[in-house]
Amino acid sequence: MDRRNTTDLPIQKRKTVSFVDYRLRAFIVVGAVSLVAAFGFLAFSRGSNAQGSSSCIGCHSGLEGALSDPVKSFEHDIHKAKGLSCNDCHGGNPAAFDKAAAKDRMWGYVGRPTEEQIPAFCGKCHSDAELMKKFNPSLRVDQVIEYFTSIHGSRLRRGDKNVATCVSCHGVHGIRAPSDPLSSVYPLNVAETCAKCHANAEHMAGYGIPHDQFDKYKSSVHAKALYEKHDLSAPTCNDCHGNHGAVPPGLASVGNVCGQCHARQAELFQKSPHKTAFEKINAGECLTCHGNHAILAPTDKMIGVGSGSICISCHNNDAGFAAAARIGKGLGELQASIDGAKDILERAERSGMEVSRPKFEIADAVDGLTQARVLLHSSNADEVEKALGPAMEVAAKSHAAGTAAFEELSFRRAGLAVSLVFILLLALLVYLKVRQIEHRPPFAL
Amino acid sequence: MINKDALLQWFDERLGLEPIIAVARKKEVPLHRHSVWYYFGGMTLFLFSVQVVTGILLLLYYRPSADNAFESVQFMITEVQFGWLIRSVHSWSANLLILALFIHMFSVYFMSAYRAPREATWVTGVMLLFISIGFGFSGYLLPWNELAFFATKVGTEIAGVVPLVGRPMLRFLRGGDDVTGATLTRFFGFHVAVLPAISTVLIGLHIWLVQAHGMSVPPGIEGEKSAAKMKFIPNFLLRDLIGWILAVGVLAALAAIFPWELGTKADAFAPAPAGIKPEWYFLFMFQTLKYLPAKIFVFDGEVLGILAFGAGAAFWMLVPFLNRAPVHARRKLVFNTIGIFVVLFIAIMTVVGFLT
Repeated sequence: MDRRNTTDLPIQKRKTVSFVDYRLRAFIVVGAVSLVAAFGFLAFSRGSNAQGSSSCIGCHSGLEGALSDPVKSFEHDIHKAKGLSCNDCHGGNPAAFDKAAAKDRMWGYVGRPTEEQIPAFCGKCHSDAELMKKFNPSLRVDQVIEYFTSIHGSRLRRGDKNVATCVSCHGVHGIRAPSDPLSSVYPLNVAETCAKCHANAEHMAGYGIPHDQFDKYKSSVHAKALYEKHDLSAPTCNDCHGNHGAVPPGLASVGNVCGQCHARQAELFQKSPHKTAFEKINAGECLTCHGNHAILAPTDKMIGVGSGSICISCHNNDAGFAAAARIGKGLGELQASIDGAKDILERAERSGMEVSRPKFEIADAVDGLTQARVLLHSSNADEVEKALGPAMEVAAKSHAAGTAAFEELSFRRAGLAVSLVFILLLALLVYLKVRQIEHRPPFAL
Repeated sequence: MINKDALLQWFDERLGLEPIIAVARKKEVPLHRHSVWYYFGGMTLFLFSVQVVTGILLLLYYRPSADNAFESVQFMITEVQFGWLIRSVHSWSANLLILALFIHMFSVYFMSAYRAPREATWVTGVMLLFISIGFGFSGYLLPWNELAFFATKVGTEIAGVVPLVGRPMLRFLRGGDDVTGATLTRFFGFHVAVLPAISTVLIGLHIWLVQAHGMSVPPGIEGEKSAAKMKFIPNFLLRDLIGWILAVGVLAALAAIFPWELGTKADAFAPAPAGIKPEWYFLFMFQTLKYLPAKIFVFDGEVLGILAFGAGAAFWMLVPFLNRAPVHARRKLVFNTIGIFVVLFIAIMTVVGFLT
């Protein structure tokens, strides 16, 4: 480059910068800057990748009370974790910081949906198989369809705004995955979520159904398994009623519901005379004896013809009564036999006798009793007695082992007494011999 | 009817028993106010022979592997006729044997019966003490129950703490790094073969030495010319026999009224039962180690404790050489005080161990 200053050059050699060149340069610079700015804007305006600068969050986080709550709850939302933001559900322009521009209908702004609109609002994505595949291929996409088969869905269609919609159970902005222990639909939390409405007397007024199901459920053996033993396979509301298609099971199909877990009992019941009998009198299959919500641990008192028996609420001097009597008696006898055997074996062990084998073997009798308690659902006394027979033999054998242990103990004690007599006698004889050979009365030594 | 003398002569011609019989005929036991303690040596020997007899009977049914040991003991005490009796007698007699051994040892100590020329008798006796404790430790594991398993684990762990030789000793005892079936086999070998062989030699030596030197008389009584004497055969021996017969009665009563527990089968993966304790004759050491602080100056408390017990055992064995005759009143006082301290220490720490 010519380092010489152009002003040093003779006038003729100076390069003149034409007006056109100057404007061309300016135009190129401005254009480049605009392009960069435009790209920048475009990049920022892709709301899905730019939550940080989303105008929704930006504005609403600065507001007070209920208007800023969504921002706070959304922090833990599963949709946020998957890279979604406000506009993905509500529409609008997250790049515009002007309220009107942000909520522009041209940008698909829906705002806050009404109760009737909620299923479709969520279903916009959750019923779209192609879309959901990208996020979680194993997730179902029929929730909305199921929902409209439910009591909640059908009532919503008829204009009842009081019923549960998606957000009633799942939450609105802080929605967590059902597998998240903090989720309102995690197994340990489901009953409470349903109870929010179903245990509320005011809310449930006019529907003609009780509102004590939650209280009853809490007293049940299922609730004990779930809340105390943390057995997540124990049923809660949705396991019997369904999730999205929640309805109370029909009386004839209760057995199928309980039979999901209690398969053997359900199978036996379906083949029993109670199946058609219950249908005739419109009695619920399992719940007639066991209840529906307050299902307590069954006791042997429930069967038979004694006080506390459920059989006698229908049966009186008929074949059913006779069968119930046989079954109740059999179960009672076996339980008593097992208890007696366990008692005598415990006492024998405390007395120092070795009875660990009979104690172990009595478990077979307990198994037999359990089997009998399942078989009674067939209402067939012969079948039950078939299971009771071998169990009674085992219990009797164990009891005999306990008795034998005590006999052995007595034998040992008697043997000891006799031996001690001989031993002391022998010692005395030796002592007398000492006296004899020493020809003198005995001293201590 | 065979003539007794003729029979004796028949054996003597073939076995040369006459010198032994002469010694036995001549043996005398001094009679004085401390003579009662003379019975405890014989009692220890009697209880040892009870162990041998019951042990041989147990050997007929016992199976020394981790899979079978517990079940074989269970079979013995439930199915074998009088198996319960033999097993309980064996376990109780082991404890009574150690007790009799302690009484015998301390009575010898306080009567200074280890004085020259009986130093070797004392040394063989202390070695028999260690062998007997070895019998107790190895035998305890054999039923392969929970308590035994963890007691062995803890006991060998403590042995492993000794500096330098501890780790190799632990691996030798356990037959590996952990207590396993290999440990059981090894302990069985010690219990029925190695230790019996060694103790046969030592007991033989010990008894021969006692016969060779005769019964010791305590220093205070030594000078008394009027010391009465009793012939060993038949007088003292018959009295011994009364004691042994009564011991059999005590063992029978203990076996019938307080049968030895079978326990639950050992499970290497189960945690140690809470408050696990060794047998009573180890308890004083165990309790002492528990009380020692983790660190004494720069040294590990446990290591120092074990070394101290080792030093104590060495001192104990060397007592005859440290308390040589002629004994002055002051040295006698020192050694008596040491003896009383040891007895009290063992007694108190054992009781504390049981109560805590």
